[in-house]
Amino acid sequence: MDIDLSMVNWARAQFAFTAMYHWIFVPLTLGLSFLCAFFESIYVRTGNKEWLNLTKFWMTLFGINFAIGVATGIILEFQFGTNWSNYSWIVGDIFGAPLAIEGIFAFFLEATFFAVMFFGWNRVSKKFHLFSTWMVAVGSNLSAIWILVANGWMQNPVGMLFNPETARFEMHNFAEVVFNPVAVSKFVHTSSSGFLFASLFVLTISSWFLIKGRHLQMAKRSIIVASVFGLLASSYVAFTGDEAAYEVAQKQPMKLAAIEGLYKGETRAPIVAAGILNPSKQPGDDQDPFLVEVKIPWALSLLANRSLDSFVPGIDDLVYGNKEQGIESVASKIAKGKKAINDLAEFKQARKENNNQKAELALAQFKKNQDYIGYGYLDKPEEAVPPIAIPYYSFHIMVALGTFFPLLFAAFLFYSLKGTIAEKKWLLPLGLISGLLGLIAQESGWVVAEVGRQPWAIYGLLPVKISTTNLAAVNVQITFFMFFAVFTLLLAAEIKIMLKQISIGPKEEL
Amino acid sequence: MISNLDYATLQQLWWIICSIVGALFLFLTFVQGGQTLLWQVAKTELEKSLVVTSLGRKWEMPFTTLVLFGGALFASFPKFYATSFGGAYWVWMLILFSFIIQAVSYEYRKKPDNVLGSTVYELFLFINGSVGVLLIGAAVGTFYTGSNFTLDLYNKVTWDYTLLGINLRGLEAAFSLFNLSLGIFLVFNARVLGTLYLLNSIDLSSTPDLESRLRKCTLRNFLIALPFLLYVLISILFMKGFSVDDAGIVSLVSYKYLSTLLALPHLLIMLLAGVLLVVYGVFTASFKGSDKGSDKGIWFSGFGTVFVGLVVLMLPAFNNTAFYPSKLDLPSSLTIYNASSSMYTLTVMTYVAIGIPIVLGYVIYVWKLMDSKKLTKDEVTNEESY
Ligand code: HDD
Ligand code: HEM
Ligand code: HEM
Repeated sequence: MDIDLSMVNWARAQFAFTAMYHWIFVPLTLGLSFLCAFFESIYVRTGNKEWLNLTKFWMTLFGINFAIGVATGIILEFQFGTNWSNYSWIVGDIFGAPLAIEGIFAFFLEATFFAVMFFGWNRVSKKFHLFSTWMVAVGSNLSAIWILVANGWMQNPVGMLFNPETARFEMHNFAEVVFNPVAVSKFVHTSSSGFLFASLFVLTISSWFLIKGRHLQMAKRSIIVASVFGLLASSYVAFTGDEAAYEVAQKQPMKLAAIEGLYKGETRAPIVAAGILNPSKQPGDDQDPFLVEVKIPWALSLLANRSLDSFVPGIDDLVYGNKEQGIESVASKIAKGKKAINDLAEFKQARKENNNQKAELALAQFKKNQDYIGYGYLDKPEEAVPPIAIPYYSFHIMVALGTFFPLLFAAFLFYSLKGTIAEKKWLLPLGLISGLLGLIAQESGWVVAEVGRQPWAIYGLLPVKISTTNLAAVNVQITFFMFFAVFTLLLAAEIKIMLKQISIGPKEEL
Repeated sequence: MISNLDYATLQQLWWIICSIVGALFLFLTFVQGGQTLLWQVAKTELEKSLVVTSLGRKWEMPFTTLVLFGGALFASFPKFYATSFGGAYWVWMLILFSFIIQAVSYEYRKKPDNVLGSTVYELFLFINGSVGVLLIGAAVGTFYTGSNFTLDLYNKVTWDYTLLGINLRGLEAAFSLFNLSLGIFLVFNARVLGTLYLLNSIDLSSTPDLESRLRKCTLRNFLIALPFLLYVLISILFMKGFSVDDAGIVSLVSYKYLSTLLALPHLLIMLLAGVLLVVYGVFTASFKGSDKGSDKGIWFSGFGTVFVGLVVLMLPAFNNTAFYPSKLDLPSSLTIYNASSSMYTLTVMTYVAIGIPIVLGYVIYVWKLMDSKKLTKDEVTNEESY
């Protein structure tokens, strides 16, 4: 099979670009929808007009963000078909279902109640309006569930069987797909990271108002709600992040080795808290992977396997095999995979010729190696290693920020309760940039998850390079730049509009 | 009960579900149609505001329905999803672009500091309503006229139609008079629906000029749409169809769709009823007289459109027909039986589909609640308008 690598790389770039773009807006939707619901609940409880104005202010920003989130989402959904049609065919039987369910249940919930939330103030009762705001929050988080079920399945394919007649994977247990432990851990980590991010966003804008000395009352109120929510969310993010790392260690050991920069596996493996990678290090050579490093002894074994004495495999073990630990080398998997591919071809040919006996034989052969079929498309063992530096640094950035945020929220909460928050000249600038830091943590997390998954589209089963559409690279190049231009323009508009709305600020009761 | 359905029944059921979603989308294109009317029917800022705000409260509906249409096809007919989206690349990409620019336009058009200026956002809305709907029509047209693809043993799609050495990847669909006519019909039908919706949702008592322009527009756009619809329908009756025999061999058969209509008379009845409803809706709006029901046209023409859309989507799929035929290689053609998901997946999805009536229920409830009062001048002059 000839593969147009240039097409593959443009398609990857397009997915990366559009997904990272979508992800600028989505976490804010996930969290700000709940914050709006909190604010409005307080208003309905107290009947205080100032809380109404505050709610409306944050809702305006929510609406500006929501529109562009929706605009960037539609392209992702159809991109599976346009750029990854082979993928869509081979796994569509499983992967399509969560996307359809998301459309039916989540998007309609959001879209319907969104209209009430924005235009229903004078059209429906106060209670129903509040209900709608809550429904928007529930709806957006429901959409997160289903898309993450889909993504979790790519990371850890479960609940399916390969059907040689159709040469595709077919669903065989829906419950396994939905309750996939990777999907569950992804959802709890991702939605809570959205809550965290939205709380940072509120801190950012409120800090700005405090620095400027405007809308003091409203800013302080927002800060209290956001820092409580943020503090809860950030502890939960750290907790679920640990769970996510555990799942990675169990299901995707190569990804774990990459994000830790671990080449030689160890028992009682230490964690690298911070360090600079040696850029010339290659799998299998004897160079030290790090130029500089700070280690925490034993921590990795504990994190990865919940046991101090456990063995954590490194990249070399996974690529070249490790007899002692019972790890098979990639070379051996590739050999089995190539056999599986041949046997499948023979089977298909025999079926075409209506030669049932030959078909049965080929099928029996195929079944022996079918789990390795994806490896058969790799050209050399080292191809099974993802890029190391990108996931490694991204992971460390995310974790560092994940440790910093709870401290930040605690400080904001503490001084808010003391009533001195507006005077803390050292804290407010930190609050001001925290939204940006949150976004960096968000994007880093996805880079860890997605780049660390390479070279697989479906982990261990389907390499990215054979998932694409049979399409000349130039087409994808053109659409890449079209997206780039349109999205950049829209982002510029979004930011300017938002800044303007922020500077207009909330309506104030006189 | 669902677990007792056989494979073929599930496949048919899912084509019907996808067709319903598609047909509802066509109804909801009243938003797109309305967008193309903006400059024509609304002359003052107030009128514009009324029109945009009224449409803006519904824009998410067709958008989300389109997303659902894609998702439902992906889950139930993945081979079609892969072949059509990957194959007819450019048609779909352009459709998507037109929806991307739509999604932000309502929210950003009137906001201060919006970088592009309100005219550009209005242009975005116009492109979405014209080019977007036209291409959707052309894409649906290929269900009848066929596409230029082949599938290999592993169902990998190859698209082959070059002009001056460039592979057009689906854009050639627009070279067919039939596909174009279907597209143009949909554009003008959407405009008819747009006027009817606006007549229904806006309190026009303070803007009588807007009302009379809307009513004139209804009739005019209908008269433009009609010949294209007739051309499409008559072509369908006389054209050859991609028939599949018991052994799964695809061949071109004369009067295939006509014979399907005769074999499945409920389709024929739906088609006729649909056309009559559309016409009736137009009449109630255009010749108002003293009739108080004259703002209800959207419901007649809207449901008429749903019926016509259902027939257009179901006709090429039932009665042993290939719904996504290949002109290059007849055996590659897709039928609802060879393009579907596994029986297991279709069964699971059918359980899921039980939720659809619930979703429809609350959508309708909220719609009624929100539209029980017409949109007034006062409302668009305060802050919660677009
Ligand atoms: C505000 C954002 C944020 C913060 C502070 C953290 N994370 Fe995170 N992380 C995400 C936002 C995120 C994310 C964007 O939501 C990801 C991307 C994919 C996913 O499932 O969630 C993610 C993924 C992700 C993954 C990869 C999962 C996979 O490959 O499937 C791991 C191992 C962690 N996280 C671990 C952590 C740890 C140990 C943290 C320490 C506190 C942490 N994260 C903080
Ligand atoms: C919105 C958050 C997401 C971000 C920021 C993100 C980011 C990325 C990045 C950076 C890549 C390129 C990796 C590489 O080629 O080296 C990628 C690829 C990809 N992602 Fe994601 N991703 C996100 C969510 C998802 C989800 C939810 C799915 C599936 C449901 C998904 C499916 C894919 C696919 C199919 C590719 C292309 C194949 C590949 O390169 O692996 N992504 N994404
Ligand atoms: C890469 C795979 C993804 C696809 C195919 C996708 C698809 C879409 C689509 C089509 C929309 C527009 C929905 C509408 O019509 O209203 C959308 C919006 C949305 N998506 Fe995604 N999405 C992806 C990644 C994600 C992820 C990873 C999450 C959450 C964890 C997410 C959460 C949302 C939310 C909350 C919205 C609502 C509006 C907003 O973004 O502000 N999406 N997405």
